[in-house]
Amino acid sequence: MAGENQTVSEYIVHHLTNLTWGKLPEGYERYDGSVVGEGGAWVMAHGGQEASDMGFTAIHVDSMVWSVGLGVIFSWLFLRLARQANAGVPSGLSNFLEMIVEFVGNTVRDTFHGRNPLIAPLSLTIFVWIFLMNLMDLVPVDLVPWTLMQLGVEYHKIVPSTDPNITFGLSIGVLILILFYSIKVKGFGFAKELALNPFNHWLFIPVNLFMEIVGLLAKPFSLALRLFGNMYAGEMIFILIAALFSAGVAWMLPAGLLQIGWAIFHILVITLQAFIFMVLTIVYLSMAHEDH
Amino acid sequence: MNINLTLIGQVIAFFGFVWFCMKFVWPPIVNAMAEREKKIADGLAAADRASHDLELAQEKALERLKDAKHEAAGIVESANKRANQIIEEAKAAAQVEAERVKTSARAEIEQETNRAREALRSQVATLSLAGAEKVLGATIDRDAHAELVNKLAAEL
Repeated sequence: MAGENQTVSEYIVHHLTNLTWGKLPEGYERYDGSVVGEGGAWVMAHGGQEASDMGFTAIHVDSMVWSVGLGVIFSWLFLRLARQANAGVPSGLSNFLEMIVEFVGNTVRDTFHGRNPLIAPLSLTIFVWIFLMNLMDLVPVDLVPWTLMQLGVEYHKIVPSTDPNITFGLSIGVLILILFYSIKVKGFGFAKELALNPFNHWLFIPVNLFMEIVGLLAKPFSLALRLFGNMYAGEMIFILIAALFSAGVAWMLPAGLLQIGWAIFHILVITLQAFIFMVLTIVYLSMAHEDH
Repeated sequence: MNINLTLIGQVIAFFGFVWFCMKFVWPPIVNAMAEREKKIADGLAAADRASHDLELAQEKALERLKDAKHEAAGIVESANKRANQIIEEAKAAAQVEAERVKTSARAEIEQETNRAREALRSQVATLSLAGAEKVLGATIDRDAHAELVNKLAAEL
């Protein structure tokens, strides 16, 4: 919960600030008046201003740790399933995980018509990984940050998918795959597709190039921003509802009910967002494999 | 809300996890599932086949049973026939044997009778001669009167 001397807006801003570790430029005056020495310094940012002043040479430790940690959990879960997978009768957790595998496999089979051994595991990774990252949204907003604050970690965001770096990281990965397979499957045809669509005349090549490249870039942008927007908005509502608790004892019950209601609704949102990201990835890669 | 190195880190992590999943996770799971699917399909097919076989076997067994009954009835009938035949044959043989015994008995009786008659006859001759001798009180010429006595004996 927010400290007594903290305003609601400070509480919200605090919750939306990542734990950032980065390089401050030489001569930078820090929050406590000290000045960064020669060659700059790699430090843990104190507050949003310092974090943004670090520019590109910074890393969101919390996003990275949770993202990779959840990825490891995903890999471990399914590796365990893969290890014990046999043609016998499945039980318990393997049943559930196999259900997911089958669901993803069916979706891929329905949407992707080429033959590429990467698509199905890629989809499974995206679906489960993003789902796990979104699932962190359902952890009470103050639980982890407050606990870590007691341990001396000032800022913490536990939902990696509310960090645009993470969602753009995923969608850039997808973009790289789209480009790779477009060039691999179509070769020179890919360049022709970019240059001669939609107006098939050499005079229109610059226009075509512009339109096609915008279209191509719109794919990762829409992927990343959709996921980020949904998760960020959801997280924001959780934080706002949590802020209601500080408005007085009378607000406890309605705020609690709102929290439960939004959390239940959010179960749908997080699953849906993971599913949409997966399906669109499959669709984009399927388009990359299609020769016109 | 800053774009920074986290982006690069996430791209690297993305490819890492995707590669891991493609290399170590997906193939064994999918293979195991496909294998299980095949096993189940095989099992169902085998069950179908077995029930079909069972039906055929039942039909065959029924047919066999019918055949066996038929055959048994035939055997019983022919056995009855044969028993009757044996009885008839035995009857006939017994009759023949009885006839034979009767005939031989009759022949023996006749023979005995004849023998007794012969013996009697010879004794009659002797007795009558002895009687006549006594009656006449004289010696009778055995040779002279033998013919006469024998004639008498033959008349007996």
